Amino acid sequence: MSAQITVTQAINRAIDEAMAEDEGVILLGEDVAAKQGGGVFKISAGLTEKYGENRVRATPISEQAIVGACVGAALAGFRPIAEIMLMNFVTVAMDQIVNHAAKLRFMSGGQTHVPLVLRTTTGVGVGFGGQHSDMLEAWFAHVPGLKVVTPSNAADAQGLMRAAIACNDPVIFIENILCYGLKSDDPGPGHIVPLGKAAVTREGSDCSIITYGRTVLDALEIAERLAGEGISVEVIDLRTIAPYDEATVTASVEKTGRALVLHEAVKQYGTGAEIASRLNEKLFGKLKAPVTRIGGAFSAVPMANALEQAWIPNKDAIADAVRTAMNWKG
Amino acid sequence: MTETIDRDKLRDIYTRTMRVARADEKFRSLLMTGKLAVIYYTVRGQELVSAAAMAALEQDDYLVTTYRGQHDQIAKGVPLNPLFAEIAGKVGGTCRGKGGSMHITHPDSGVMVTTGVVGSGLPIANGLALASQNRGDGKVTIVCFGDGATNIGAFHEAMNMAQLWKLPVIFLCQNNRYGEHTAFADHTKVDSIVTRAKAYGMEGVKVDGNDAILMYNTTKAAVDRARAGEGPTLIEAMCYRMMGHFFGADFSYMPKEHLAEMAAEDPLPRLRQLMLDHQFSEAELDAIVADLDVQMDAAAEFAANSPLPGPEEIRKDVFEEEIAA
Ligand SMILES: Cc1ncc(C[n+]2csc(CCOP(=O)(O)OP(=O)(O)O)c2C)c(N)n1
Repeated sequence: MSAQITVTQAINRAIDEAMAEDEGVILLGEDVAAKQGGGVFKISAGLTEKYGENRVRATPISEQAIVGACVGAALAGFRPIAEIMLMNFVTVAMDQIVNHAAKLRFMSGGQTHVPLVLRTTTGVGVGFGGQHSDMLEAWFAHVPGLKVVTPSNAADAQGLMRAAIACNDPVIFIENILCYGLKSDDPGPGHIVPLGKAAVTREGSDCSIITYGRTVLDALEIAERLAGEGISVEVIDLRTIAPYDEATVTASVEKTGRALVLHEAVKQYGTGAEIASRLNEKLFGKLKAPVTRIGGAFSAVPMANALEQAWIPNKDAIADAVRTAMNWKG
Repeated sequence: MTETIDRDKLRDIYTRTMRVARADEKFRSLLMTGKLAVIYYTVRGQELVSAAAMAALEQDDYLVTTYRGQHDQIAKGVPLNPLFAEIAGKVGGTCRGKGGSMHITHPDSGVMVTTGVVGSGLPIANGLALASQNRGDGKVTIVCFGDGATNIGAFHEAMNMAQLWKLPVIFLCQNNRYGEHTAFADHTKVDSIVTRAKAYGMEGVKVDGNDAILMYNTTKAAVDRARAGEGPTLIEAMCYRMMGHFFGADFSYMPKEHLAEMAAEDPLPRLRQLMLDHQFSEAELDAIVADLDVQMDAAAEFAANSPLPGPEEIRKDVFEEEIAA
């Protein structure tokens, strides 16, 4: 068996490599420096020791000031990484993200740009409740100028982080808490996964499940289950949510004729709506069944485990949705 | 502080002030004669504050300012032709007409951000200053904002962070006594913004922003402190917005007596008197203004003749790579 690496180690390695190569890569966030333990989820462990406190700066609890400082440093030619401890707290920094990071390239007519990575973490299923679990990727995907990325495995986490840091546009990098411990074969140093490229994680011929982040695991499990019933499911991991790899998605659904978009975020007004709509525009007449969506329930994420599990996209429902598409009579 | 000043510096401040004043006058006349139809935040009454402050900085020092920032931009050195064209929304503008008066950027003169969101420039200024601190390039960042902005959370977060990290940044509050229609006393309970600097352990100075020598010397001292690694300074420069929030806006809420009182402190005649007191001749001062007016006419003509941006501009600069039609 080849060497394995966790998502946590992979992100840490990507940042470490980028910091070693470029003095302009700096990290700002609450508790990120060695003195505070190297980050709540240990993503920045060991970096202060190597690069010093000027480059790994533990900040006050000041989300606007953290993102704003990263915007300013980026304007001055740096490649800052802002850590927002949990995704719900990006709400505090929305002005800096939406009005400034996303728009300064455009509003300046291309004179300035903001190569910043905003790292954040979230996830349903850890009992954090309503204000610490939201998946808000659709908010950012809706803003012209922002790229939105989320890995589903360690190798991608490393490669996408390298690409995000190298990107000359602002990138929202979403990590799922439940994925941190996942292991992949170690891709080795210098691994890069280009932004905007989806992965066909499992090939199939009957139905495409288009997903990203933790629900890729659910999709793979369901694909395996349905294979036993003679249904061949193709799983597409978007990796970059915005702008997404429309060519790969369209080609897959053109082949299978059926599509289900799956995400952990609330279904209403989510990225699934965008992808489903674009598939309809591109493939109307070629589809064997309507494109469907599965997402989280339309409520705040509940704390009680039983409720939280009811909130999360249900695996049986995913399997049923594929079966319904297979049996669609029009 | 001994209020003396070098003669060349005084001439420099006068020229910057009058460049701001004549540009503002030109814009108001273009608006009144219908040659221009844009929203315009006049800087009448605040010309000197930024002229004296920017005269204490170098061209490559950074500036972050707001929608009411034309005085800051001109004083910092943004060339008039592209500035006029940008405000008119023309392709020859600093930002190809995609920014407009509220979003001027011109890195060659150090103008990195002009923001329309009250108070949001301060955290960004910290980041520019942080970059200078890490690089050791000796640059100073100045961020301008109004009194109203000091009640936004970003102000407080940024002040704390700047002082914590001793960033080479200057927070220049231009206290023009109004935040849109709300008078200072109706939006802020302390009688002075400078009190808030103390709350963050920061150096804070309150000055008469219409006193050219004092304003210059105060800024210069803050610049020297920042370059020496001694950290940020908050300057509260007292001035007065002599017109409505934007040009043409009703300002009946501003008491007539107060307006009259403030008119007596108009920075422009006061600066002229100061120049005369320093033995500059009427002829020399008039010649400076006459030369500036030629530049204003040329800039207005440049803007008028510059084409409008084409629709293809919408696809450019959203991301580094052009987006599909
Ligand atoms: C966050 C935010 N809230 C409200 C506004 C609307 N607004 C524009 S200017 C202004 C007044 C700001 O006053 P001040 O900071 O004193 O600046 P001045 O206009 O006096 O230069 C307001 C409330 C805004 N642009 N941004």
